[in-house]
Amino acid sequence: METPIEVSGLVKTFGRTRALDGLDLTVRAGEVHGFLGPNGAGKSTAIRALLGLLRTDAGDVRLLGGDPWRDAVALHRRLAYVPGDVTLWPNLSGGEVIDLLGRMRGGLDPARRAELLDSFELDPRKKGRAYSKGNRQKVGLVAALASDVELLILDEPTSGLDPLMEEVFQHWVRRARADGRTVLLSSHILAEVEALCDRVTIIRNGRDVETGTLSELRHLRRTSIEAEVTGSVDGLGQLGGVHDLRVDGQRVRFDVEDAALDAALRRLTEIGVRSLTSQPPTLEELFLRHYQAEQVRS
Amino acid sequence: MSPFTGTRHLVRLILRRDRVVLPIWILLLAVLPASYASAYAELYQTADERAAYLANTASNPSIVALLGPVFGDSIGALTVQRAGMLVLVAALASLLTVVRHTRTEEEAGRRELLGATVLGRYAGLTAALLVTYAANVLLGLLIAGGLVAAGLPGAGSLIFGAGLALTGVAFATVGGLAAQLTESAGGARGIGLGVLGLAFVLRLAGDAGGSGGAGGKAEWLSWVSPLGWAPRVRAFAGERWWVLLLPVLFAAVVALVAYPISVRRDLGAGVLPPRLGPATAGPRLAGPFGLAWRLHRGQLLGWTLGFGLLGLVLGGAADAAADAVQGNQQVADILARLGGTATLAEAYLGSSLSLTALAAAGYGIQAALRARAEETAGRAEPLLATAVSRSRWLAAHLLFALLGPVVVLAVAGLATGLSYGLSVGDVGGELLRLLGVGLAQVPAVWVLAGLAALLVGWLPRFSSAAWAVLAGCLLLGQIGAVLKLSQWALDVSPFTHTPQVLGDNWTVTPLVALTVITAALLALALRTFQTRDIPTQ
Ligand SMILES: Nc1ncnc2c1ncn2[C@@H]1O[C@H](COP(=O)(O)OP(=O)(O)OP(=O)(O)O)[C@@H](O)[C@H]1O
Ligand SMILES: [Mg+2]
Repeated sequence: METPIEVSGLVKTFGRTRALDGLDLTVRAGEVHGFLGPNGAGKSTAIRALLGLLRTDAGDVRLLGGDPWRDAVALHRRLAYVPGDVTLWPNLSGGEVIDLLGRMRGGLDPARRAELLDSFELDPRKKGRAYSKGNRQKVGLVAALASDVELLILDEPTSGLDPLMEEVFQHWVRRARADGRTVLLSSHILAEVEALCDRVTIIRNGRDVETGTLSELRHLRRTSIEAEVTGSVDGLGQLGGVHDLRVDGQRVRFDVEDAALDAALRRLTEIGVRSLTSQPPTLEELFLRHYQAEQVRS
Repeated sequence: MSPFTGTRHLVRLILRRDRVVLPIWILLLAVLPASYASAYAELYQTADERAAYLANTASNPSIVALLGPVFGDSIGALTVQRAGMLVLVAALASLLTVVRHTRTEEEAGRRELLGATVLGRYAGLTAALLVTYAANVLLGLLIAGGLVAAGLPGAGSLIFGAGLALTGVAFATVGGLAAQLTESAGGARGIGLGVLGLAFVLRLAGDAGGSGGAGGKAEWLSWVSPLGWAPRVRAFAGERWWVLLLPVLFAAVVALVAYPISVRRDLGAGVLPPRLGPATAGPRLAGPFGLAWRLHRGQLLGWTLGFGLLGLVLGGAADAAADAVQGNQQVADILARLGGTATLAEAYLGSSLSLTALAAAGYGIQAALRARAEETAGRAEPLLATAVSRSRWLAAHLLFALLGPVVVLAVAGLATGLSYGLSVGDVGGELLRLLGVGLAQVPAVWVLAGLAALLVGWLPRFSSAAWAVLAGCLLLGQIGAVLKLSQWALDVSPFTHTPQVLGDNWTVTPLVALTVITAALLALALRTFQTRDIPTQ
């Protein structure tokens, strides 16, 4: 099976803005791939380029083994796309839009359509103008998830969904993966990414800064240590891999990289420890570190 | 916070968003009355000629029904009658402007964005009304100034401008009320247009029985219709200033109904409940063409009905109009230039249908720009991410931009032929002949639709420039001859090349040339659309 998405060195400029600046992205067959990055990082732009909607300035884009710009029609038959802001025709009902999109993609599974409507609790008879933001999003999701396609490209698909519906969404993405589909999921919801994604790519300023499984990404993790010591804390700050050391009398707090954890603990016990707590970093902290690096730079 | 807080901010926003459209319709409507006045002054120079025109044409019942009553044979009185349709146009433009800045905004969710900032409950409606009222006042002043400049008395000029402007104000307020009633902008427009249509029919029925300025038995119908008041101020014929109070009172009452509703209902909701649609799509809604049919069919139906009605009225008035100018040498000269052997009635019908062609071009442009509207609303992107090629998606919309005008012009021609044929007793012959005249307008209309298509493909940010081109063509056709512009300038407009009469000496060559130009424009449109980013802001 070919690799569904292969992007290398992708550049896209809008006037003087370099929205994509040498992006590499590989999504393997059958995986759910998370696509993360701060606002304006270039996620939606990359997805539009993947769909052949934007002309690229440089780089290589392969989608399902073809060129998305040249073979758009044939490739689009094999994928479904949900934008972050689904807009509907005011005078078409939700059910009509679902069927229309399905037919234009080349087929829709009627049983799955019914099941999806049911589990998303969506009334397909309402006119487009009558849906709330979350319900518009559901129309796009039902149309995509009911389609018989190999690849799902979802750009912040759950913006506006309530937590219950977020659960339903996660259920259906797992089912899509179990059916052998590939999913590219751009998201700002870390819990969603953590729950669903096999691998993630973090993008910043139009360039990928990190790719891998979540546990691979955790090689960057740091543990927060808080301790009460009996001696003086000399030398702790000089250890490599120790960050943000704060000393308050007998209390010390610092973050330490996993690689330096052993050395740091040894040093602590040499000093003498009265009490100690350690906390693993949350995924949030992991991503925030990447996101914030941008603000420092720009 | 006062309920009007933020109105000023919204007014500025509306003015910015309408900085092209608003000046266009104000200027168009402002120049026409003065140009009618100078045309009449040139055409009927002596009192005898004017008296004859009044007796034979202007007081003719079908003309009075169509344009409104005429009070006397002064240049001013004749001009006021001729400009009767402009009152309707100003009312229509005002109505649509208010709906666009209230309900359309809400439907698009933009109002919500603003509503969360510091905006009073009345700000949205008030801003839309204020801008439209101001536009009408400006229009009225410009018209009055133009008429004075054309040499007409000041009082008559002012009261005519005021009558037209206040009718615009009245229907702007109707638009404001309609926007509170339904959930969709289309529905609000429908209600507003229904009220306008009813007012027109009432005035038409009320004036139909009369001749000249003397009302018939049913004249009270015209007094009931908000469109009947503007003519009844009797500009240039013993002005009745108190009549101006009627539209003001009407607007006040409508506003008093609209404002409480605007507060009681939720943002985005209407007073009338929304209807449910089908849970599944019918078999025909399966691709870009099926979708385009759903998106365009309401408009096609509306334009077809409108053109049919217009044709019936025009055809019915033709015979009378022809009798009226019989024997006027200048008119005969103009006709000779137009169509050689054409009869007066034929020439009248031809020039009426060529005006219809400009409206049909407006429809063609609107249909072509629909593709762009879909793109900016974010509804093109998901479709173009399916197995539909860009050219098929665009072609589906362009199909309506091209065939829509053909349908409405054919209907206009047939309806004109039917009612004119009935009045001269030759339905079979006139039906076909006027169908021919109607269809002869198509190539010129296509050029403008093709131009709009090319803008969508190539310069999407400037696609509304197509309207400016149409306005230019309208100006060239309406006042180009009056201004004695050179033929070279007149030739720029595709409508100059359309025969108005299918007499002996018309040739098919210009029509073929216009069609070829259209084909080239469309090919370029599809080509350029294929190679650009989607969406383009
Ligand atoms: N059509 C366009 N014209 C000009 N600039 C654009 C256009 N589309 C995107 N950009 C710019 O490109 C950059 C990347 O935007 P993009 O929408 O891809 O970001 P994103 O990662 O999807 O952000 P978000 O998380 O907010 O959705 C931004 O700086 C944006 O302003
Ligand atoms: Mg985005």
